[in-house]
Amino acid sequence: MPKDHGIGASPKRREDVRFLTGAGNYTDDINLHGQAYVYFLRSDMAHGKINKVDTEEASQMPGVVRIFTGADFEGVGGLPCGWQVTDKNGDPMKEPAHPVLAQGKVRHVGDPVAAVVAESLEEARTAAEAIELDIEELPAVVDMKAALTDGATKVHDDLSDNLCYDWQFGTDTETTDKAFAEAAHVTTLELVNNRLVANPMEPRVAVGDYSRANDESTLYTTSQNPHVIRLLMGAFVLGIPEHKLRVVAPDVGGGFGTKIFHYAEEAFCTFAARQINRPVKWTASRSEAFMSDAHGRDHVTKIELALDADNNFTAVRTDTYANMGAYLSTFSSSVPTWLHGTLMAGNYKTPAVQVNVKAVFTTTVPVDAYRGAGRPEATFQLERVIDKAARELGADPIALRRQNFITEFPYETPVAVAYDTGDYGATMDKMEELMDIPGFAARRAESEAKGMLRGLGVNCFIEACGIAPSNLVGQLGARAGLYDAATVRVNATGSISVMVGAHSHGQGHETAFPQVVAEMLGIDESMIDIVHGDTSKIPFGMGTYGSRSIAVCGSAMVRATEKIINKAKKIAAHLLEAAETDIELKDGQFSVAGTDKSVAWGDVTLAAYVPHNYPLEDIEPGLEETAFYDPSNFTYPAGAYACEVELDPETGEVTIEKFVSADDFGNVINPMIVEGQVHGGIAQGIGQALLENCAYDENGQLLSASYMDYAMPRADNLPHMANYTVDHSCQTPCTHNPLGVKGCGEAGAIGSPPTVVNAVIDALQSGGHKVEHIDMPVSPSRVWAAMNG
Amino acid sequence: MQMSDSREIAASRDVVWQAILDPEVLKACVPGCTEMTGSAEEGFEATVVQKVGPVKATFKGQVTLADVDKPNSVTLNGEGKGGAAGFAKGGAKVDLAETADGGTLLTYEVEAKVGGKLAQLGSRIIDGFAKKMADQFFQNFQDAVEGPADPDAAEPGADGDENHKKGWFKRLVKG
Repeated sequence: MPKDHGIGASPKRREDVRFLTGAGNYTDDINLHGQAYVYFLRSDMAHGKINKVDTEEASQMPGVVRIFTGADFEGVGGLPCGWQVTDKNGDPMKEPAHPVLAQGKVRHVGDPVAAVVAESLEEARTAAEAIELDIEELPAVVDMKAALTDGATKVHDDLSDNLCYDWQFGTDTETTDKAFAEAAHVTTLELVNNRLVANPMEPRVAVGDYSRANDESTLYTTSQNPHVIRLLMGAFVLGIPEHKLRVVAPDVGGGFGTKIFHYAEEAFCTFAARQINRPVKWTASRSEAFMSDAHGRDHVTKIELALDADNNFTAVRTDTYANMGAYLSTFSSSVPTWLHGTLMAGNYKTPAVQVNVKAVFTTTVPVDAYRGAGRPEATFQLERVIDKAARELGADPIALRRQNFITEFPYETPVAVAYDTGDYGATMDKMEELMDIPGFAARRAESEAKGMLRGLGVNCFIEACGIAPSNLVGQLGARAGLYDAATVRVNATGSISVMVGAHSHGQGHETAFPQVVAEMLGIDESMIDIVHGDTSKIPFGMGTYGSRSIAVCGSAMVRATEKIINKAKKIAAHLLEAAETDIELKDGQFSVAGTDKSVAWGDVTLAAYVPHNYPLEDIEPGLEETAFYDPSNFTYPAGAYACEVELDPETGEVTIEKFVSADDFGNVINPMIVEGQVHGGIAQGIGQALLENCAYDENGQLLSASYMDYAMPRADNLPHMANYTVDHSCQTPCTHNPLGVKGCGEAGAIGSPPTVVNAVIDALQSGGHKVEHIDMPVSPSRVWAAMNG
Repeated sequence: MQMSDSREIAASRDVVWQAILDPEVLKACVPGCTEMTGSAEEGFEATVVQKVGPVKATFKGQVTLADVDKPNSVTLNGEGKGGAAGFAKGGAKVDLAETADGGTLLTYEVEAKVGGKLAQLGSRIIDGFAKKMADQFFQNFQDAVEGPADPDAAEPGADGDENHKKGWFKRLVKG
């Protein structure tokens, strides 16, 4: 029988009560007394020299409080990049200035040029129309390869060119070249990982507030990591010490990575509130979100796979162009390198793996982490080229993968990481079973009888989650530690508030985290609440991204709870007049081993706060503990995915008929939440594979900035629930964190794009179409063009 | 985007040439034009109100003439700023050739670019929109210059303003 409480149970998400009844408290719900509104005048040119920003007429308009331009931010810091990548020559990456408001030049459509603060948003917007901009248009820089040619227009005039870094990683060139020279077969594939926009349901919002009474600034913002924002904005941009700066991220309606980063609008609202001594609020419109939220992906890659005569993989080499956009967003530089190159071995024991990445500045919106961040790009390349190799060699794609699986752990890859544990054969077995691979031939015949083509796509994936061991990432250029923290505050009557550094914006932490503490203490989950999202309440943890919350922050919470148990046992020993070593905690009762003497959890917690009978000479009163946890390694969730598509040869339309994911997330706290995370991730992966594309024209104009042109996945793009199975029954617990968990937030988005494309290619091949690849999104027009090309 | 087309106008090349440089003609012919001032030599200032898909905007901008080769060809370059709606700019190269029956063959090549919200929200429809604008402009132009085939139809009547306006420029220059 499934558990009904504690670890492994699936209680419904308690936070949903407020979300589903309209009682959530989002940043846009926050309205402060005397607040003014800001409207950002944004560049409608991709690239231009700012000759003049004339605000004279606009500043006389009704309701205008003050208009800010780039000049107001002279002497104020720029938005920092959190990761220093060193290129293959040992030189640091090029790091251009990123002013809060544009100075000198505009560098992408959406670059903020001026900010109008007014009594109302309407007045601010109307006044912005009266600002006279004299911006001399310069050539746009859109295509990455063209951006690197001699004489290309420079995005940043003070840099020598548009190359941010030229990075090489993994096996040395000589060994790699030798492996390719000796290969019996080499498969090459050129592909694009399409640019995406994260599109959380809630657009970004920021409210800056300033208290002159105590010189304290508060920023309410839609962030996944309030402490990171406080650190970056306080230390690097505005020069406000931590004790005078509070950052609050209340309920946040989805992040998917794009709300990790520190944005100009946050710094602006905090800065402007101090300047005008009034709260300043900004709420992004959806159009603004499209041109100011950091985008994701946008890689152009050539991958080569070398095999020996027995179909063993002998080498992988990749050559990638990664778009940085106009400026370096907070973690942009790490995505195509350390979050991507380190996963290029995949699930396979390929002895030589070399990754080459050129990061390029263009006059487009900055690109940074989006659900999966680098790992979907790695998985897509590798699993597409393996599929192509299987076809070229006439090998079964499942057997070819199985033959090359890593089977012994720990396993040190040629690209720096050490997989602690895994069982790729088990997830493949599970996938084959759930997918009913033997029944595929009959299903294909059925489709063909209807005049449709049917394809089966399979692939594996691995990711590095639980980000991250600080000493390791520090060596790799991270400018912050990536530990997390939790404070367990036990109250006098036994209820508990757990203050955590992780932030919940859809992940269900408020439900899952108490399950862990309840299990450890043997008390009811309803006695435990999670507090998150406010730097004045929570310890200095680093937030939520990279499938890290339960693995890193959850581990900190376990450590803090262990400290609580140790101290509570001391108190219980005193109350029971027994030796501390004889005290056992079970089902919320402290008992003396081998006796019937016991005290309840509530007796102990009350004694801690009403220490009338208390060992004051040995321990302090109170029951509150904090732990910081820094992981010793990444975690490595992995899995095998499969899908079947039906393809209409008349129209090129693809529908997903069946989808199976078999994941290994290690131990699972709340299976229902995990399944929801995988469903969501796969929906976004299918979105990338079939629908989503952020498009620029050759003038750097953003063409897909609304839901008329940017196709989000909808329910009818996903397989019917009866044919949509997400399984996580294969569990090889993580060996280095106390919960044995690996993280599940990104898996679906990482694993699923190649599944879909592999299936589409299989369908086309079955119809006699010699199509080897179609770039995502695999839209009907692209499929039709490939069939008739 | 780029497009080109041609149409035959039943008026002499000189009349067509004169019309194309006349701000009143341009004002009447540019769809949505509410103001047009200036001259062929100095350039024109124009205000145009247009709706592209979901974006409605008032564009203020300049039209300048280049490569003037009277009466054979001229290039009109325009740039309009639509505030929050973004911008539009483009050029039209117009060639005029005399036809055997004394009319004029007007050939045009148009190149247009849009930016900002217009590009973001209207990109899928911008080609069709630009083609419609160009068609409308040259149709209006043709109507203004040549008038209806049957002169009687030009008299004010039950058909309303449409016919009343036809051929007004030709009558003007003749008068």
